[in-house]
Amino acid sequence: MTLAQLPVGASAKVAGIEGTDELACRLMEMGLTPGVELRVVGTAPLGDPLELEVRGYRLSLRKSEAQRVELHSPNGK
Amino acid sequence: MSLASPPKTLTVALIGNPNTGKSTLFSALAGVRQRVGNYPGVTVEKKLGTAEFHGQAFTIVDLPGTYSLSPRSPDEMVAVDVLLARQVDAPPINVVLCIVDASNLERNFYLVSQVLELGLPTVVAVNMMDVAKTKGHQIDLKKLAERLSLRCVAVQANKGVGIAELKHAIVEAASEPENQQRAPWKSPFPAEFIAEVENLHAKVSGNGEAEMPRYLVERLLLDTSGYLAQAGLKGIDERFLSEVREARSRLATAGLPVPAVESNARYGWATQTLDGVVTRPTQRPRTLSDRIDSWLTHRVFGTLVFLAVMLVMFQAVFFVAGPASAVIDWLNGILADLVTSVIPEGALRSLLTTGVIGGVGGVLVFLPQIFTLFFFIAVLEDCGYMARAAYLMDKLMSRIGLSGKSFIPLLSSFACAVPGIMATRVIENWRDRLATILVAPLMSCSARLPVYTLLIGAFVPNLVWQLGWLEIPWLQGLVMFAMYAVGTVAGIGMAFVLKRTLLRGPTPPFVMELPSYKMPGARIVLMRMLEQGWAFVYRAGTLILCVSIVVWGLCYWPRDERLIDPALLARHAELLKESGGRNQESVEALERIENKIAGQYLETSYLGRMGKLIEPAVKPLGWDWRLGCAAIASFPAREVIVATLGVIYNLGEEQDETSVDLRERLQAATWDGTDRKVFNLPVALSVMVFFALCAQCASTLAVIRRETGGWGWPAFTFAYMTALAYVGAWVTYQVGIRLIS
Repeated sequence: MTLAQLPVGASAKVAGIEGTDELACRLMEMGLTPGVELRVVGTAPLGDPLELEVRGYRLSLRKSEAQRVELHSPNGK
Repeated sequence: MSLASPPKTLTVALIGNPNTGKSTLFSALAGVRQRVGNYPGVTVEKKLGTAEFHGQAFTIVDLPGTYSLSPRSPDEMVAVDVLLARQVDAPPINVVLCIVDASNLERNFYLVSQVLELGLPTVVAVNMMDVAKTKGHQIDLKKLAERLSLRCVAVQANKGVGIAELKHAIVEAASEPENQQRAPWKSPFPAEFIAEVENLHAKVSGNGEAEMPRYLVERLLLDTSGYLAQAGLKGIDERFLSEVREARSRLATAGLPVPAVESNARYGWATQTLDGVVTRPTQRPRTLSDRIDSWLTHRVFGTLVFLAVMLVMFQAVFFVAGPASAVIDWLNGILADLVTSVIPEGALRSLLTTGVIGGVGGVLVFLPQIFTLFFFIAVLEDCGYMARAAYLMDKLMSRIGLSGKSFIPLLSSFACAVPGIMATRVIENWRDRLATILVAPLMSCSARLPVYTLLIGAFVPNLVWQLGWLEIPWLQGLVMFAMYAVGTVAGIGMAFVLKRTLLRGPTPPFVMELPSYKMPGARIVLMRMLEQGWAFVYRAGTLILCVSIVVWGLCYWPRDERLIDPALLARHAELLKESGGRNQESVEALERIENKIAGQYLETSYLGRMGKLIEPAVKPLGWDWRLGCAAIASFPAREVIVATLGVIYNLGEEQDETSVDLRERLQAATWDGTDRKVFNLPVALSVMVFFALCAQCASTLAVIRRETGGWGWPAFTFAYMTALAYVGAWVTYQVGIRLIS
């Protein structure tokens, strides 16, 4: 599954980032590397972008960008 | 030899992630001794400060805030070039000062790992220890310094804590002899990767070109976005790039795919380095910042707060415009009177009172608006709300191809496009930023209000909606609203078109940090306001003054008395002679004659001739030559139209939009030599639409030139807006005239 499908409030671990373009580089630089745990804190009032917590800080990205983030299936969910 | 060498100035580069308090630290170190400029050839701001620590003079270079030293934009390229001493116009760096956010060390250390790779003496300033404490983090700085073999200093940049220790560390790092420096930096990359970089580095150095730093070779190998390959680096040709691609595929088969290998290696290093240095509680505490955030990004409450904040900001900028221009007018009046009393009547007096004083006033009148807007922007940015505003508005703005970061600049442009355009600096992506700059002048600014007020008051019937005993006027308000809508709709359309044509390109990543909330610092807010105000006066002011003098010249010359109706002149002389002008009646008669003469001078001036020359072009809009003149004279500043119409219709300059005389005169005006009225509702609407869409503001164009680094884009803005205004006014008139006949 991808980050775009992760419901608000749920946590999961990153499996990898799809692609090698500017967006992919940026996502990795911001700390979305394999094995790191993230949590969806919420969405903007119009449903997009998302607000995440990762590596102890808050990051926002659009749903279209979140589709590029592959996740390990959340344990026990 | 140990003869004391004269103390030479050393250079410190300040680098760090955005939202780490970098600008606060910069001003804490350099105080007010700052210079702001541009790096040659690019529109990247160059900020230098000077300071003296322990008798040693330093120049501090404030590099653009960045999460990573991987050049994918001109900003990031400049940062890398400055650090590698490849930037012309920048001295070589003696010490790198890297500021990190204590509450967020892991991500900040990604950049630290890249900085360390450059091999320059480095000092780490660990800022915001208090925020880390509220998050329950405990940081062992001594251990960290040992692990990194670097000087790590805890600072509270906003409170001035730790600055003395930091200065001391910088001086020490700078004076450390090179051979005594700590153990060489161990690359966090796997051996296979390092070998590929060494191999490529040897090859490019073998090309016989100027030495290419190892770091750039590594970046070329890692940069899959293609920016660096096209950056025109010396010694990089197609053959070398194909070797880079081969190296990448070898690494991929070895299980080290580019670019993921970099983030894995660097974050791996960061985690390892910080293990045992930072102790976090197992259960992350819910901080005040978290609680504020959950309210401020709440579906309903967050939206309401956002609307309230925007309303307050917009109203403040909008309302400061009124009193500001009143004060400027008052000062202009005093100065003009002074000049009038000292200098005899003639060209010089007119140049000073109208051209120079008017021009300077035209610059100063924007300052209060710039100060006000940047007060709000600095507060919002410093407290962390700015990023939330972009977050909340992103979905809406993305529909027209922009991002949430364009919202505040565009909203501010409804008050005044000048600070609005300056505020676009928060947008990192150049295409998005340019699109925002180009449409910002279409938002109906406060200077258009006098034009709307005058023409609506004179020509739009005040229809009233009778609701029992309540009378609600509706038509005039509706027309005013329509004028704001015309600009907004045109702006949205233009942004949409630009992003699909001239400024087409891949959607830039939105990926944005939402920083923790904190109290904004008074000092940083004040600095920001002063910086923007000074930048405007210094860079745009001279140009605005020139334009205003040119237009004055066009209105003044040739000032040939022979072109004035001799009967008028005779009557004027007569009145002057007979009046000691004691009684009210003769003073008024004299004034009327003088106004008429001034009107004739304007009619026969170069501007008047231009107006008559372009009459065929403006006739389809329903305008006579007078309106053509007024439109040309309004080029430096659109609100000038009211005064120009005053002179043209022989009422003198001192007219404002609520003047009853001017309204009546406009209503009575006829086409030359006929008794056909110039103005009717379609003509008034056509003038308003023209003013809503036209780029009649030298300040805006001067600011666009400053922000885009050339004349091309302001010329484009002027051309497209004038075309849009002409077509809009033509359609309005032609449709309107058919509807009423």
